[in-house]
Amino acid sequence: MIPIPEVDLGGILPALVLCVGGLIVMVAGSFIPKRAVAFSAIVSLVAVLVAFAVNSPLRMMNRQAFSGLISLDPYSWFCNVLLLIAAGITVLTSVRYLTDDGQELYEYFALLLFATAGMMFMVSANHILVIFIGLETLSISVYVLAGLMPTSPKSREAGLKYLILGGFSSAIFLYGAAFLYGVAGSLSLPAIAKVLQTGAGGKTALVGMGLLLVGFSFKVAAVPFHMWTPDVYEGAPTPLTGYMSVAVKAAAFAVFVRVFFAALGPLQVDWTQILWVLAVLTMVLGNVAALVQNNIKRMLAYSSIAHAGYLIVGMVAGKEAGTSAMLYYLLAYTFTNLGAFGVVALVGRKGEANVMLDDYRGLAASNPVLALAMSIFLFSLAGIPPTAGFMGKFTIFYAAVKAGYIWLVIIGVLTSAVSVFYYFRVVMKMYMEVPEKTPAALQFGPAMILALGIAAVGVMYIGIFPTTYLDLATESVKTLF
Amino acid sequence: MNGYLPILFIFLVATFIGAAIIVLSTLLSRKNWTPIKLMPYECGMDPIGSARRRFPVRFFVIGMLFIVFDIELIFLFPWATIYDKLMIFGFVEMLIFVLVLLVGLVYVWKKGALEWQ
Amino acid sequence: MKEVIFYALGAITLVSAFLVIFLRRPIHNVLFMITTMIGLAGLFLTLQAEFVAMVQLIVYAGAVMVLFLFVVTLLNLDEIQLPPDSSTIRWWVGAGFAIAVAILIFPALVAFLPGAEPKSLTADPTATVSNTAIIAKELFTTYLLPFEIASVLLLAAIIGSVVLVKKKY
Repeated sequence: MIPIPEVDLGGILPALVLCVGGLIVMVAGSFIPKRAVAFSAIVSLVAVLVAFAVNSPLRMMNRQAFSGLISLDPYSWFCNVLLLIAAGITVLTSVRYLTDDGQELYEYFALLLFATAGMMFMVSANHILVIFIGLETLSISVYVLAGLMPTSPKSREAGLKYLILGGFSSAIFLYGAAFLYGVAGSLSLPAIAKVLQTGAGGKTALVGMGLLLVGFSFKVAAVPFHMWTPDVYEGAPTPLTGYMSVAVKAAAFAVFVRVFFAALGPLQVDWTQILWVLAVLTMVLGNVAALVQNNIKRMLAYSSIAHAGYLIVGMVAGKEAGTSAMLYYLLAYTFTNLGAFGVVALVGRKGEANVMLDDYRGLAASNPVLALAMSIFLFSLAGIPPTAGFMGKFTIFYAAVKAGYIWLVIIGVLTSAVSVFYYFRVVMKMYMEVPEKTPAALQFGPAMILALGIAAVGVMYIGIFPTTYLDLATESVKTLF
Repeated sequence: MNGYLPILFIFLVATFIGAAIIVLSTLLSRKNWTPIKLMPYECGMDPIGSARRRFPVRFFVIGMLFIVFDIELIFLFPWATIYDKLMIFGFVEMLIFVLVLLVGLVYVWKKGALEWQ
Repeated sequence: MKEVIFYALGAITLVSAFLVIFLRRPIHNVLFMITTMIGLAGLFLTLQAEFVAMVQLIVYAGAVMVLFLFVVTLLNLDEIQLPPDSSTIRWWVGAGFAIAVAILIFPALVAFLPGAEPKSLTADPTATVSNTAIIAKELFTTYLLPFEIASVLLLAAIIGSVVLVKKKY
């Protein structure tokens, strides 16, 4: 007789809710093709809200489930909250995008929910196998989402590019995992840490670590593994680009941190050096390349590369201070970037029109509120007080200074000074310039207004009252070490 | 391991026969090729156009779906070896797995991806 | 006997792998890739990994390669002429890359050699339970969560293959 394992559904309930939501969307969409998008959007929102509710007990937990494959701790809780916020706002900003075209692309929502569920399994994983399968669930969903727009060849190209490079990076990740398995005889993160603690493994462990690092660098779009980012971000449907730049990045960073601190902690000296170089390259190249972009989606793509650089600074800073700063930064970045891409989606309408920077000329005159919201998001991306972006950058750089990485912080501050230039270019265009021809009135939907409102309020609120959230972040990373 | 030796043997015999046919016919045949002899054999009809033309993308969809359901099937094999020991637990486990993929099948069906207009 | 089988299978696998790279017709590449897969399946069998061997045959040599063949026929690559001059450069770039990877990986592989006792890797040849049953026990008890997540993963793949290929319904 085989002993039946304990099935602890309570801990993975948030992800399960999303999966069930996705299944409902798929079944309902198949049988009621009319107005499937509206229905699916509502189901998705409800699923996200319910998941949010059932996620809250995780904050108090600190245990493992499913034979130690899943770790239920405040860290998982915080990351789940981030991902659910991202998914919720993305559902809101996407609705109009999918009904515009006469086609009911309800699959979008199902894939979005599956991707988010995959991420949630991934961030609470305590075992590389679960990380990998969560990663693949999220990746496959996002490849399809990126290529979803049937009338846009650019979207198809984006999906294909993302698929090929994503597959490549997953393979590298898996190769690294295989080496670690060779060293430790197990893929469980604590088991790997235990073996590495004894100094076993030597070069094999280092090669495994390096390959994992390359795989993660692809996923978070760190230079020199960022080549896919601008093209994919440009071609994908705009709300989804926001989702990719926020949720995929947040999930990848969350796992990056968990694997590298919880399993590869004994090799910290080695990987900190590599990450130091990656952080510098990423910050410099991301910000400099963003300067010369005329397409706002490409500009935001390079900006998101640069932000990955700041986040890596947090990893270099290490331990509680650095990682909690990263979590806070990710929270700030979630609201900010989703808001910014929401505005781009709104101004751009369907068919990827109006995505050049010049299309933002005179936006303040025609839509003062929208221009104000966009300015808030751009200020936050640039890191100007009192927005959340400022506090995020401040805490990360502060942690790095404390840890003794002065030069890294100097480079970071200099590059973010460069970034102010290209963010302000958009603000200047909105407020100071006049459009060549009067643009057609923008069509605000209630969902879009709600999404942008949540994002703008979030950016300001956690920027002005950061203490609660910083404390939450600090509390969340405690169980990692 | 030894149970696989007959399979290996069949494999070798098959390879040998296949190779022998090709090698012998190349060695023994007389080669006076004419354009008509080199024409593709179409049951005696003259071929219409080139045989190398693009296949419709539908083959690709079917191929993709085949892989996915093939992988589903692969999971059933190990399950079959121990389902009598897992009892109801194993049954429910596999039921969930299959039901999720059933949703996929319903979707494919409703979308008409299995039809060949 | 065992050595003979191992080296024969290894030779089949390697030679076909080289042919995959060096033959010029896509259809031949795919066919030799199938041979590579079959050789690998045989190697898995010699390690008593029966389940993995059958997966290799059914999924890779079967389903995946069918898809490859469809793609080759779909693209009809025979009609596309590659620019002749770039191929030598590409060859050197590829060779350089392969050598670089080999240099990177080799020290790690050597590290495996001295204590060459892959603990939990080889199945016990004297065991009464089949390898498949061992895998099944692990898969359906310890690893039941990843197994169920895999169904969602496959569902996403189904949706993707339909929604990306069809233009409208």
